Amino acid sequence: MISLSPQSSMRKALKTVGVFALAIFYLVCAKQTGFSFRLMWEGMPSFVKLLGDMTPPNWSILNRIFPAFVETIQIAILGTTFGAVLALPLIALSSGNINRNKFSYLFFKTLMNLVRTIPELLYAAVLVAAVGFGPFAGVLALAVFSMSIIAKLTSESVEAIDPGPTEALAACGANKAENIVYAVVPQVLPVFVSYFLYVLEINIRVSTVLGLVGAGGIGQLLKTYLDLFRYQNASTVIIATFVFVVLIDQLSTRLRARLI
Amino acid sequence: MALVIEFKNVSVTYPGGVQALKNFSAKIEDGEFVVVVGLSGAGKSTMLRCLNNLVVPTTGEVLIDGESITHAKGRALRELRKKVGMIFQNFNLVNRSTVLRNVLQGRLGYLPTWRTLTGLFPEEDIQIALNCLDRVDILDKAYVRADRISGGQQQRVGIARALAQQPRVILADEPVASLDPPTSHMVMRDLVRINQEDNITTLVNLHFIDLAQEYGQRIIGLREGELVYDGPASEVTEKTFEEIYGRAIRPDDLRGASA
Amino acid sequence: MGVQRRQTLTRVVTIAAVIYIFVWSAAGVSVDFARIKRGLPAVGRIVNTMFPPDWSMAKVALEGMLQSFYIAVLGTTIGSVLAIPLGFFAARNVAVYRFLSIFGKQVLNAIRTFPELILAVFFVASYGPGPMAGLMAVGVHSTGMMGKLYADIIEGIDRGPVEALVSAGANSFEVVRYSILPQVIPEFIATSLYRFEINMRAASTLGLVGAGGIGVLLLQALQFRRWPIVGMALIIIVVAVTIIDYASAFIRKRIV
Repeated sequence: MISLSPQSSMRKALKTVGVFALAIFYLVCAKQTGFSFRLMWEGMPSFVKLLGDMTPPNWSILNRIFPAFVETIQIAILGTTFGAVLALPLIALSSGNINRNKFSYLFFKTLMNLVRTIPELLYAAVLVAAVGFGPFAGVLALAVFSMSIIAKLTSESVEAIDPGPTEALAACGANKAENIVYAVVPQVLPVFVSYFLYVLEINIRVSTVLGLVGAGGIGQLLKTYLDLFRYQNASTVIIATFVFVVLIDQLSTRLRARLI
Repeated sequence: MALVIEFKNVSVTYPGGVQALKNFSAKIEDGEFVVVVGLSGAGKSTMLRCLNNLVVPTTGEVLIDGESITHAKGRALRELRKKVGMIFQNFNLVNRSTVLRNVLQGRLGYLPTWRTLTGLFPEEDIQIALNCLDRVDILDKAYVRADRISGGQQQRVGIARALAQQPRVILADEPVASLDPPTSHMVMRDLVRINQEDNITTLVNLHFIDLAQEYGQRIIGLREGELVYDGPASEVTEKTFEEIYGRAIRPDDLRGASA
Repeated sequence: MGVQRRQTLTRVVTIAAVIYIFVWSAAGVSVDFARIKRGLPAVGRIVNTMFPPDWSMAKVALEGMLQSFYIAVLGTTIGSVLAIPLGFFAARNVAVYRFLSIFGKQVLNAIRTFPELILAVFFVASYGPGPMAGLMAVGVHSTGMMGKLYADIIEGIDRGPVEALVSAGANSFEVVRYSILPQVIPEFIATSLYRFEINMRAASTLGLVGAGGIGVLLLQALQFRRWPIVGMALIIIVVAVTIIDYASAFIRKRIV
């Protein structure tokens, strides 16, 4: 039997074993989560009933929920701004060409990576428990989240800058701080601003759901309606949120096209 | 000698108004080695692709062994396409697959769908594929990924793939344009050898006139979609090419290097 | 007005606008310095109490993390599988009719825009609290995300090998299997793995709305203000997600 593939029979056997292992793995996953195709199917009627409870949407509350959207945007703006400000020292500390101390540079870089690993919703939930319900928790959560992303992205740009100007400045006697301000900042500022806007856009989206854990904005309104079983109001909120996100998307695409 | 290919007043107009082929007629007999020359855009590619209906003529038809491939559809079209093997300028191999798997693609037309979809190729067909690789002297690369071999080797795999179809006709669309001069000659020699050993009618598009003169048996010249020359290669001179091109011959019309 | 003057004026106006937006936001959200002054130290104190973490509930947390893992696996797989037909449907170059591809893309966009967490809430209401709701939410959301990426991948394939196969007399199925799939499958897998990384994070949080995984434990710990347990759960989440990130990147590199 001529073989069609270059692999030895050993590797082929391993591959077959691998496939079996994968199948068993999936069975384990399914069992542990109680997943089955039948169960998926059985949940459909409840789902449909839920949709039924949610139609028709209660449009009369539209002007009541409008302020919540405004709040959502405000949370995003504030959170991103705080995050960006907090990011500044961290950028300097986690850029290899500014922070020459190998250990501290690695420390801060790893710290930023760790902070980034935690989903923003978790930050929001923790902060809600810490400072109470409301937009303040949302702002703080977004601040932490934004800080870590902006810091990571900007520090990568900082590490990629042209070393020329920094050398030139060092050669004529500038100290570290002056070097940063006059050589690094001008090169990195445009990128920093674009990262800021990028994160802002993400945060507006995120901010719409943060409220579901109590951190203000439209999400909190949604949670209230759901908790009170006011499904028709909830569906209005959901549809409005959907439209809102699409609008923001469109707006940012247009703006980006114009700025580039 | 039997008539294998017949172009009957074939015209091709692309959407957008460009007329790539104007009333082209030609008869090609069994076992001929024809080189088609002309400037870029003269209609060489279009003409070749009318032969396997990758391009559908706007008017006229192309007959293969007396059957119209232009009007064939579905199964009949696929049966006719089996008879025509094609080699491409960019090789058109599946990069991530091995050389052998690429060549086996030539056998797809001969196997039932259940086999092709499961990938269970019969031993006999695998052997045919290996033999084709051997014929172009690249059997040792059978199990290597297609993107890990050189351009010249990739083209030879392309030839092997066409050979695996056990075709009546082999079409080669600028087969050496992406290769360096010595490799170009090697590939042309391979094409000639196969034409002579297997008596497979071969049509090759070239824009290198020295290669055309050296390897062609019969030369067909196209200019702006029209047939402007059709005759034996032995009677062709540089002046003929100038007439075909409609301009003086330039250095980059020549491949260079020698056999 | 000179060009210099105009530039400076634009700058000043922009900065003023930015500051105004900032102040307006702060006012709307009632975040002022007083609040910050009170709030931040409170947060600091709480973070302090999180460490040293309380390992007594570690077993429960690990089980929860494992469940999040299962949710992510199943959800990513569902999304990955469903995205394949949708991707082909929406890809411009293989769609049967042009308008079908546009329609397909819009459907995918709609699914993608719908926040995953709200989907989770829906599914909790339909399937009851638990991992089933979570994996359905991840699955549906991933379908939308990956469907679009798959469509992009399909649109970007090299048509040469496809042409070669058609010219050799292969039928449509054979063309797809031998020239399209080999080009597309490695990239599909890489996309799925990347999506899996993201879904691990999502699966960790969905429990906050009752959809299973470690989020459930976290929610309870938060409700009872058991900060050391919160700290422990966070650590486990970070470790698990990081391990998955590295594993996924490693596998993705080998697929090329």
